[in-house]
Amino acid sequence: MTAFIALIIAAITYGTPLLFGTLGEILTEKSGNLNLGVEGIMFMGGAIGLGGVFYYEKAVTTPNGILAVIIGMVCAFIAGAIASLIFSFLTITLRANQNVTGLALSIFGTGIGQFIGEYMRIREGGYITISNTLKGFFINSPFPQALRDIPYIGNILFGNSIFFYLGILLAVVLFLYLGRSRSGLHLRSVGESPATADAAGINVTRYKYLATIIGGGISSIGGMVYITTIAGCVWNHEGLSGVGWLAVALVIFCLWRPLNAIWGSVLFGALMILYLRLALPFIPTQLYKILPYVVTVIVLIFSSMRNNKEKQPPASLGLSYFREDR
Amino acid sequence: MNQSTKTPFVRLAKREAMNPWKAWCIRIGSILLALILGSILIAAIGKNPLAAYGTILDGSLGSKTMLRQTVRIAIPLLGTALAIAPCFKMRFWNIGAEGQITAGAIAASYFALYWAGKVPSALLLVIMGVTGALAGGLWALIPAFFKAKWNTNETLFTLMMNYIIIGVVRWLQGGPWEGRPGSQIIPEFDQDACLPRVFGVHCGWIIVLILVVFMFIYMRYTKQGYEIAVIGDSINTARYAGMNVGWVIMRTMFLSGAISGLVGFIIVSGADNTLHDGVAAGVGFTAITVAWLSQLNPFAMIAISGMLAILSKGADTLHTRMDIPASISDIITGTLLFCMLGCEFFINYQLIFRGSKHKHAPAEQKEAARS
Amino acid sequence: METVCAIEMRNITKRFGSVTANDHIDFSLNHGEILALLGENGSGKTTLMNMLAGIYFPDEGEIFVNGKPASIRSPKDAYDNRIGMIHQHYKLVDVFTAAENIVLGLHEGGKLNIKAANEKVRAICEKYGFDIDPTQKIYDMSVSQKQTVEIIKVLYRGADILILDEPTAVLTPQETDKLFAILRNMKADGKAIVIITHKLHEVMDLSDRVTVLRKGEYIGTVPTSDTSPQALTDMMVGRAVTLNIDRPRYEHPEQRLELQGVTCFDAEGVKKLDNVSFTALGGEILGIAGIAGSGQKELLEAIAGLYPISSGSILYSPEGKAPSNLVGKTPMQIKKAGVAMAFVPEDRLGMGLVGSMGMTGNMMLRSWRKGKGIFVNRKDPNALALQVWKDLEVVTPSTEFPVRRLSGGNVQKVLVGREIASSPSVLMTAYAVRGLDINTSYTIYNLMTEQKMRGTAVLFVGEDLDVLLELCDRILVLCGGKVSGIVDARTASKEEIGLLMTHIGGKEEA
Repeated sequence: MTAFIALIIAAITYGTPLLFGTLGEILTEKSGNLNLGVEGIMFMGGAIGLGGVFYYEKAVTTPNGILAVIIGMVCAFIAGAIASLIFSFLTITLRANQNVTGLALSIFGTGIGQFIGEYMRIREGGYITISNTLKGFFINSPFPQALRDIPYIGNILFGNSIFFYLGILLAVVLFLYLGRSRSGLHLRSVGESPATADAAGINVTRYKYLATIIGGGISSIGGMVYITTIAGCVWNHEGLSGVGWLAVALVIFCLWRPLNAIWGSVLFGALMILYLRLALPFIPTQLYKILPYVVTVIVLIFSSMRNNKEKQPPASLGLSYFREDR
Repeated sequence: MNQSTKTPFVRLAKREAMNPWKAWCIRIGSILLALILGSILIAAIGKNPLAAYGTILDGSLGSKTMLRQTVRIAIPLLGTALAIAPCFKMRFWNIGAEGQITAGAIAASYFALYWAGKVPSALLLVIMGVTGALAGGLWALIPAFFKAKWNTNETLFTLMMNYIIIGVVRWLQGGPWEGRPGSQIIPEFDQDACLPRVFGVHCGWIIVLILVVFMFIYMRYTKQGYEIAVIGDSINTARYAGMNVGWVIMRTMFLSGAISGLVGFIIVSGADNTLHDGVAAGVGFTAITVAWLSQLNPFAMIAISGMLAILSKGADTLHTRMDIPASISDIITGTLLFCMLGCEFFINYQLIFRGSKHKHAPAEQKEAARS
Repeated sequence: METVCAIEMRNITKRFGSVTANDHIDFSLNHGEILALLGENGSGKTTLMNMLAGIYFPDEGEIFVNGKPASIRSPKDAYDNRIGMIHQHYKLVDVFTAAENIVLGLHEGGKLNIKAANEKVRAICEKYGFDIDPTQKIYDMSVSQKQTVEIIKVLYRGADILILDEPTAVLTPQETDKLFAILRNMKADGKAIVIITHKLHEVMDLSDRVTVLRKGEYIGTVPTSDTSPQALTDMMVGRAVTLNIDRPRYEHPEQRLELQGVTCFDAEGVKKLDNVSFTALGGEILGIAGIAGSGQKELLEAIAGLYPISSGSILYSPEGKAPSNLVGKTPMQIKKAGVAMAFVPEDRLGMGLVGSMGMTGNMMLRSWRKGKGIFVNRKDPNALALQVWKDLEVVTPSTEFPVRRLSGGNVQKVLVGREIASSPSVLMTAYAVRGLDINTSYTIYNLMTEQKMRGTAVLFVGEDLDVLLELCDRILVLCGGKVSGIVDARTASKEEIGLLMTHIGGKEEA
């Protein structure tokens, strides 16, 4: 039982960066933009978010933990937003191919992330990390010990880092926004049929830009969360590599629905670390890691075979919109 | 009537043909812009941009050894870009070259590890190449089949397939093919399984240059190439002309995957002499941008893959000589891709400013025909 | 007049390049009436109404809404003037519900309240007699339900003036009756309604007044009660105009194609061709006339093997060969046997041409499979392209220049030229001169005649009766998928054909 609880808690830890990455990409894809640059965006978020916290701590004598968390998130968000702005400008305004631009952003973003990570190391003389007290604010639960002491469920429900709860909040907000608000309805119409949205007087370009930029910012926070919670506040590009692609997979797996992303990210997180906790004799440990991708492919195949209209990607995903092509 | 409130300040129109030299001027201009942006970054960290670019050139082309290493980087890029070209021509967004390379590498490695010494070297290499191509082709056929049959989204499918096959390599590395127990490394190939060198570089370069010519002829002069072009333009017209679209999709993807698989064979046999999970090392993705920026023209791919290889090799030297992180090459590559992607817009569209007299007869005639 | 008009348009002119779509047109619409806007295809009906809907802006002329001058620059302006148009192509998001589509783009009172919207939609449905569930998804709906959603969308936005562009084109007779009942309810409610149509019986059935356009010109407006289908037909088709198209006689016409009782159904099970029988002779141009959507497209596609035939036979007798039945053969086999089709679709490039390729590449579309080996033969298609380029005077910088970038007329020349070049023994063309200027049209007419004089059986689907009368040897008139008559083009009058097109005076009264 304790092993199982430990597994769930670890799964949540590994799932949280994915949750942010996925929620951001859901928002982006709902506008019809397929941003394959998530990997690069998360790299940038990781390096710049860490950098922001590091230099904040360096600059003040008594750093405030909560402020540090906010600074980390804001820095990461801005980095991701700028990266997505480049993507948006190229694909929306200049109508470049989304797949190719996304891959270029991946290359660019991983480059920037690594560059900044390495450059800071060179400049600061070797090793970049933040103090243990500050780390605590990133890693530890925001809830009082009493709640976490509830048997069995206490730690699962209340023992996670603050980011998990922020992620859930964000998922709920995104769900309400997309499903219940007027602006969300407009955004979805842009992703489904930009010509219809345009005819209805909706500013297609503005929705696409905003969704992609904010989505990129959210994805980027995921990179920062990975570095600060899992990588121990040390720049570690090897650990981070692949997380962005996993987030893209998770978007498909959860069928573009924010609430599915909550349990989906925990499931994917579990699949990422399952090999450490649950060694089955007949399945080689390394093959666990491909499970998230395999289930994603299966979901993709089944949703296309059934041709269920509710479970398809946004209809205009990956296409650029030019009014005179109507 | 007040027309100025009706017409926006600037509007877009698809451009009539631009003459080629002007288009190439814009493209070269975009490359220069990217280099300038890169130099701003270099200057920002307190280094001399000119010296840095000099180092990049010197480090990639300055000596025979360096040139050879640069060529070694360019070979898989070029080969994979060629593989991707027919898919993209067909508007089938295969972003799974990374996985198809890996699949080919696995098949080739199997024979390298277990058949070396049992058959003559030349035969072994042929077997490795053929099985590598087959494996890559079959791996690519899976998403193609589902696309043809149920219209499954190929972009997302091929992307996922990459990580599945890379996971398989990790398993081989730590399990059945592991060399020294616990090392997580597959042993180096026997000399018999390594591609011979020609002019100091493994002969993969000859293979990809042959592929350049092959792909050029295939796309331009064969019936299959014609089918691909028609389908990429209009599936309805293709059906009208009696083409079996699903079959062509599968056939083309098999070919594409097979070439990627062959590249996988070239990498393991020529460059790495072993198999590891990073065998494709992002080549599958970078090659997509190479193919796209070359306008799917095989000969242009030589230039673009060469350029990216110079950047990549040169950046290593930059790291050792000037203490600039090697990841600068990714940044400059990314910037280069952004600029070149963006510049196509100015080749294909024209901006019409309010008040300027422009003939927009074609668009209006289109409207007339519709009403 | 004691009441103000809902809409008044004065002297409206709209040009597209060299084509004048509307030439100084006057138009008026009253509250509480249904006005039919009648005219053949290309008469400028839709263009005129698009100017009320904010799609186009007039080059000249004035628009008054409820007596006040209005300038309508966008669909939003149209709504602000309480004008709503239901276009032929619906703009709906498939995965949204009816109500979500209806409120899309609106900003009523801030927060989205879909329940309130559902209620409001239900209220509209009840008021006028629509039968639709606001929570139903669009992808689950039939065409007529989608149309209903579009109409409600317009009403929801408070439109008093409704314009429907050929609303019955996609409906079954039962659905049409239902729609008309609803339109009458709206009229009783004081709404002003314009229905664009070319179907006379609908005009007689539904409208209070009729405005007739012909070739972009205003012909007149009459109260429906004071007119007859006969009079309307005259207004629609006009007097015969002499065009001076060369029409030589071919000496020895012989039977090429014989259709017997051909009947076809579309995917929805609607009868598209009803017991069609006729013969086409080698050495004659058989014109096919009919109002749009009478089965012209289906007829050609059925002969070409592209449309499923449920009963009947098509007997094909090529020169000097034994006759054979084309029914059941594949399009490729039919093509090889010598039956060529040049169908010019509305978007010109959609079917039959590859926009990104040059003339050579497009010539290859017919021949690419020919020859052994893996290589495609470019030499013959290129020679052919050069020949078409020269013979038809195609304006293009080279045979490699993408046809997408050619002007419409040149695209059509490429398409028609290619089909002619295969020296078919049956040549079918549809709308070959659609959107072309006079000179280019004559080039195409001459080509048809040349083919005829070579002994080819030419089937020419056209829109312009004047042309059909001067170009063809015989004219077959289709009406609602049936052959309503075959006349000798040398002796027939325009009125006669006009009547056959609408079945008035024809044997089978509609």
